[in-house]
Amino acid sequence: MRGSPDLATSVVKLVFLARLREALGTSHERFAVAGPTTVGAIRAALIERGGAWSAELANGRAVRVAVNHELATGTTAVAPGDEVAFLPPVTGG
Amino acid sequence: MGVRIQEAPFDAQAEADALREGDFDVGAVVTFTGTVRDVNDGDAVGTLTLEHYPGMTEKALEAIVDEARERFDVRRILVIHRVGTLAPGDPIVLVAVTGAHRGEAFDACRFVMDYLKTRAPFWKKERTPSGDRWVDARASDDEAARRWGGDSSADGP
Repeated sequence: MRGSPDLATSVVKLVFLARLREALGTSHERFAVAGPTTVGAIRAALIERGGAWSAELANGRAVRVAVNHELATGTTAVAPGDEVAFLPPVTGG
Repeated sequence: MGVRIQEAPFDAQAEADALREGDFDVGAVVTFTGTVRDVNDGDAVGTLTLEHYPGMTEKALEAIVDEARERFDVRRILVIHRVGTLAPGDPIVLVAVTGAHRGEAFDACRFVMDYLKTRAPFWKKERTPSGDRWVDARASDDEAARRWGGDSSADGP
């Protein structure tokens, strides 16, 4: 995940799971950031892409976000090198 | 003790025996096994495929077990959750708890299951005669977790 220095300093890894992965057509991507940001700012940027992105991630949709494997909220800080995952409601057990 | 995520089946009795072994303060062993049903929301279910988020899953389950140990007077807790493709009747999840007395052991077992249902990153996809579909989360699971007080789940942004 931090394979090269420039990756760790300017990029966040986004992960899309289960139904979201299928709806968005991708399991992960490297997302460029200028510096420290927030979950809400990243989500807003993805919604701006339109299409499935805005349909699936729109505010009000039941999507949870985890930063570095911990459940987060819109105001949670995200730094370059972090892993930000978008999760549909869980259905285990 | 601990959490395991595996494709292989488990033997609930053998796991419970191993959890109790050598601990003579144990007066109660409670196990819960969740199994795959052959019907969901009115449709026949052929197989079920479970996926998870490696890395977060272990962390989430460990946090649930830690919280159960803080809330209840129990000895040991084990959680096994299977992933991959399962058929009706197959065991999916095992929660085993040992304790001095049954009350706390029962409560801890139920607490772990209720929290696992709303906090652990697993997703089920069903194969039905009309195609594959992701299973929807149930409001009743959120209510079950809320019964224990506090915040049952971190809401999205």
